[in-house]
Amino acid sequence: MANRLYVATRKGLLTFARNAGGWRLAGTDFIGQPVSMVLADRRDGGLYAALHLGHFGPKLWRSTDAGQSWQELVAPAFAASEGEGEQGPSVEMLWSLEAAGADQPGMLWAGTIPGALFRSPDRGASWTLVDSLWQRPERAQWFGGGYDQPGIHSICVDPRDSARLHVAVSCGGVWCSEDGGASWACRTQGMRAAYMPPELQETPEIQDPHRLVACPAAPDTLWVQHHNGIFLSTDGAAHWQEISDVEPSSFGFAVVVHPSEPGTAWFVPAVKDECRVPVEQRLVVTRTRDGGQSFERLSRGLPQAECFDLVYRHGLEIDEHGQCLALGSTTGHLWLSEDQGDSWQALAGHLPPIHALRFA
Amino acid sequence: MARISFTENLQRHLDVAPLEVPGDTVGAVLAAVFAGNPRLRSYLLDDQGRVRRHVAIFVDAEQIADRRHLSDPVSAASDIFVVQALTGG
Repeated sequence: MANRLYVATRKGLLTFARNAGGWRLAGTDFIGQPVSMVLADRRDGGLYAALHLGHFGPKLWRSTDAGQSWQELVAPAFAASEGEGEQGPSVEMLWSLEAAGADQPGMLWAGTIPGALFRSPDRGASWTLVDSLWQRPERAQWFGGGYDQPGIHSICVDPRDSARLHVAVSCGGVWCSEDGGASWACRTQGMRAAYMPPELQETPEIQDPHRLVACPAAPDTLWVQHHNGIFLSTDGAAHWQEISDVEPSSFGFAVVVHPSEPGTAWFVPAVKDECRVPVEQRLVVTRTRDGGQSFERLSRGLPQAECFDLVYRHGLEIDEHGQCLALGSTTGHLWLSEDQGDSWQALAGHLPPIHALRFA
Repeated sequence: MARISFTENLQRHLDVAPLEVPGDTVGAVLAAVFAGNPRLRSYLLDDQGRVRRHVAIFVDAEQIADRRHLSDPVSAASDIFVVQALTGG
């Protein structure tokens, strides 16, 4: 079972640790500073914190001693471009950070707002824009979802072969590469976007996958919590099946999948896009164990009245054993389950807005 | 040489003591500062070399006009202040 939980918040990086007395706050780093993403690299123990400084831009820090000390790295950035006038791109926020597999030690991927993918071969010391995705003409159709500009929030690296990648863009579809990012295809067949005019609702590059996850033991099974519902692919994103009639709602941002049971996944429903609160103000997590044919509502330990918490796309996390889950809301509540979501304990109730969670 | 000083809010991120540096434009002065403190560049300028949206630079109590090319003139007697704009807070 996991024994550390990193919590990236609007006002710092918090570390919760499990000991004989339970889970306790064990560390606070970057206090007062917005932390947009955190990554604990299981391959080498590296810990990465992405800052989203309101005045001074995106920053990236690394610790090699579990947060005892930190070193600032050069954050992913676009090259200065002549001839683009006032419109040349600049990284606004680091929205996703993922490690490649054991076959590519030291390789990291970062997704940003605006919607760019960057690669580092050297544990974040240097970054290169993945130009093959940035130059795709379909990118002109992408648009912002929750932010002014589109962004890459999900990066799935196939554990069998790190050259196989799936990334998700809000709003810009699901993009897949079989060759380490040299070439890309947008794969959204089966998804629909009810927020678009009827003739555009199935257009791949305007889909809004809020979050994309792949099962580590069966990476061809991918789950998406989409703006318009829950979608499942069992063929590496070639086809997507909509999972409908999910109670209390199929709208939400977050999804996690069990590390070795591809049909088992968890979601955090909200009413709908224009009313981002729990249905009937009762916070529940939904869980399927049969590939979306049925769902359980898990509520033991979660507030069942007068609750306005929203769990954003990186606010639900599962440990590598599939036993512990953590749930963090934009109103600063943090819950943890050690029994796959059957019951939840509140770890803290007065935190800043929670952006992202990671177990280690 | 122009004198340049920085908001205290930068001090939490990196060491930015006031400096006297040569240069006849804001861009030239900043280039001289960055030569001795390369990390500072990405805190003040974006990827394209523009002043970050929520950073403000004053030369002799006047906010600079050219945030893209940093061409505002600076004299040897100028005082330059780099502050955070409250819009970014």
